[in-house]
Amino acid sequence: MPLYHSEDQAMLADSASGFMADEGNIAKQLRHYRDGGCPDGFGHKLWHQMAEMGFTGMLVDEADGGLGMGHVEAGIVLEEIGRNLTPSPFLTSSVLAATALKHGSNDLKGRYLPGLVSGESVFAVAVDETAKHRPSRITTRAEKSGNGFKLTGAKSFVVQGASADMLVVAARTSGADDDEDGITLFAVPKDAANMSHDAVRLVDSSVASHTKFDGVELDGGAVIGDVDGGREVLNAMLAAGRIGTAAEGVGVARGAMDMTIDYIKQRKQFGQVIGEFQALQHRASHLYSEVEIARAVTIKAQQLLDEGAESADLMTSVAKAKVAKAAGLAVKEGVQMHGGIGMTDEYDIGLYMKRDRALQEFLGDAYFHANRVADMSGY
Amino acid sequence: MSDLENFRLETREWLEANCPAEMRKPVRDDDDVYWGGRRATFKNDAQKAWFEACRDKGYTVPAWPKAYGGAGLSAPEAKILRQEMAAIGARPPLSSFGIWMLGPALLKFGTEGQKQRFLNEIARGEIRWCQGYSEPGSGSDLVSMQTFGEDKGDHWQVNGQKIWTSYADHADWIFCLVRTDKDNKYKGITFMLFDMAGAGVSTKPILLISGNSPFCETFFDDVKVPKSYGEDCPGFVGEINRGWDVAKYLLGHEREMISGMGGGERTAAIGTAMKRHSAKTGDDLDPMLRTELAMFDVDALAFTAMAEKFMDEMKSGKGHPAQPNMMKYVGTELNKRRHELMMSVGGSRSLEWESEETRGGAPSRDWLRTKANSIEGGTSEVMLNVISKRILELPGA
Repeated sequence: MPLYHSEDQAMLADSASGFMADEGNIAKQLRHYRDGGCPDGFGHKLWHQMAEMGFTGMLVDEADGGLGMGHVEAGIVLEEIGRNLTPSPFLTSSVLAATALKHGSNDLKGRYLPGLVSGESVFAVAVDETAKHRPSRITTRAEKSGNGFKLTGAKSFVVQGASADMLVVAARTSGADDDEDGITLFAVPKDAANMSHDAVRLVDSSVASHTKFDGVELDGGAVIGDVDGGREVLNAMLAAGRIGTAAEGVGVARGAMDMTIDYIKQRKQFGQVIGEFQALQHRASHLYSEVEIARAVTIKAQQLLDEGAESADLMTSVAKAKVAKAAGLAVKEGVQMHGGIGMTDEYDIGLYMKRDRALQEFLGDAYFHANRVADMSGY
Repeated sequence: MSDLENFRLETREWLEANCPAEMRKPVRDDDDVYWGGRRATFKNDAQKAWFEACRDKGYTVPAWPKAYGGAGLSAPEAKILRQEMAAIGARPPLSSFGIWMLGPALLKFGTEGQKQRFLNEIARGEIRWCQGYSEPGSGSDLVSMQTFGEDKGDHWQVNGQKIWTSYADHADWIFCLVRTDKDNKYKGITFMLFDMAGAGVSTKPILLISGNSPFCETFFDDVKVPKSYGEDCPGFVGEINRGWDVAKYLLGHEREMISGMGGGERTAAIGTAMKRHSAKTGDDLDPMLRTELAMFDVDALAFTAMAEKFMDEMKSGKGHPAQPNMMKYVGTELNKRRHELMMSVGGSRSLEWESEETRGGAPSRDWLRTKANSIEGGTSEVMLNVISKRILELPGA
């Protein structure tokens, strides 16, 4: 398969790009919901429109009412989301939770997937327990209780947790905190008793929860996949989420870079356009190179994941780390090259910097993933 | 079975029958590959047999037309041959600047007579060429070059000096940029072809920091360059005073070639091998060095994907025409970083300049050699200028 978008994928990119620019743009979405103090941090109307576009169920199998597409296609939508800084539940619901639910029972699929496809429902994932992403250590426990389980523990960085109709929760059903085995994934409904959210607005205006489970009663039907065999589902969900986050990061990087290049072509100082200065030209060209490479490896990892290739996991970590570096460079150079105006809230470049910071941290930063590359390579 | 599948089987059989075992070992030194030329000698019988078999089959230049010494392979056939050769680790049967540089220029700009003569000589390894571009005062600013050919009717009288002429001391002929109009910067250069054995040509090897001398200074002192070598065979490529067009085409071709190597061994991940290496010398990988290796591997593996995307886009005519400049910039910078890390992992052993264990100081010599990667064929700074101008379209670039 050549490493560029097929004709169908290019058509999808065209329509996603037009739609997100028209409906998902910064003024209409991010600033609107931020300035209005919206507790969800995103708009349900747009979520419904995304459902009408067929986006919400892209990764859902056709048999379950979705489009049965892959990570390349989801990445196309995410790149446009990133470019427009569009707040939406797409990544958590349509990528992460949808991937987990692929491993769920027909009953679970029937309960949750129609709402996702129609844009009625929003899902969240609860994996992290400390301030850094470390999924190898799961301390939240689900004890056997009657026919079901009782969930106790605390999760953090649960993006849109308080707004979600269902949370995918990674919990320990056996073994010690750092054991590979003994993990089980649960689909926890929003109205579960003894679950509480401390919702906090983040630097990028998204909302994430510290979520507490204080003896939450769940029946056996809430289990996604096998009891004690959840690591495989968790890994699949994380791989999908990581490459999705990378794709959104590529969009953020390209958005910030394009805005910056445009700006240095207009801004005049010392009687000339500042884009004529070689000091800026070389930095801009270096940035361009890094962003192109980040995009290439992201598409590569998407393709490998869709093929089910063995190297998909390695390349996903390579992509997540590379995008974090490239997008980080794009937003930092963006603010610096904009000068004073880049520090103002009125100008959008700072919003790119904020979003990038959140995406870098989500599901493992560059250090986490570079370390993972070394681990997987045996050094 | 399709024709291509047939071709693959035939090729596999032919290689099995014709590529000696010694020619399937990795290339370690320059003379492990035959470079051809009037003064060339074979390192051993296997090298001779392998070269002659390929020459007779047209496989020294498989994609060139049969009339010019090639095998006339289509692009998919040539790819299959490359794959099958790579599968058995076959060395190139013949290397030369004639194959990589002058050949493509003649195929695009040459007359029929030039193609018949020079391409056949290149394909058969009879004439070894070198490239006369840079001058002491004209490196990145190549077009400022001043080696001058005075028009003497049926010939030019050439005076001047070239530098960084690769293997000029081993070459038979030179393709050389010579100024033929002092008043016209870009349209005053002619792409000349002439014999290095002629009167007035002398070469002097340049000792590099690596201790090797792959480059020379080349001096021209009243050298007589004929305007014609016979019927339909001019002593220059393209038109008189329009040699810059040919030079530019070749520079682009060179960058493409360098960037096409991006997916190969030069920039692949190194962490695993470095861990093995340090275990062999009884050392532990310092945690900070491990971090650097991991960050490098991220960049190297990401670049491998970029190289694949670049090649796929080139083949299908997508992608920006100035993209090779970006690939050259990133690929060469990565290779320099790679060798810095290899030196650090190697420790004091990698400082050895002459020992048997280091095959004559290969780690340090290779490390020093890589410093030229971001200078030769267009410096990193020039690559960034080109990206600024042609891709980002920044003003005044």
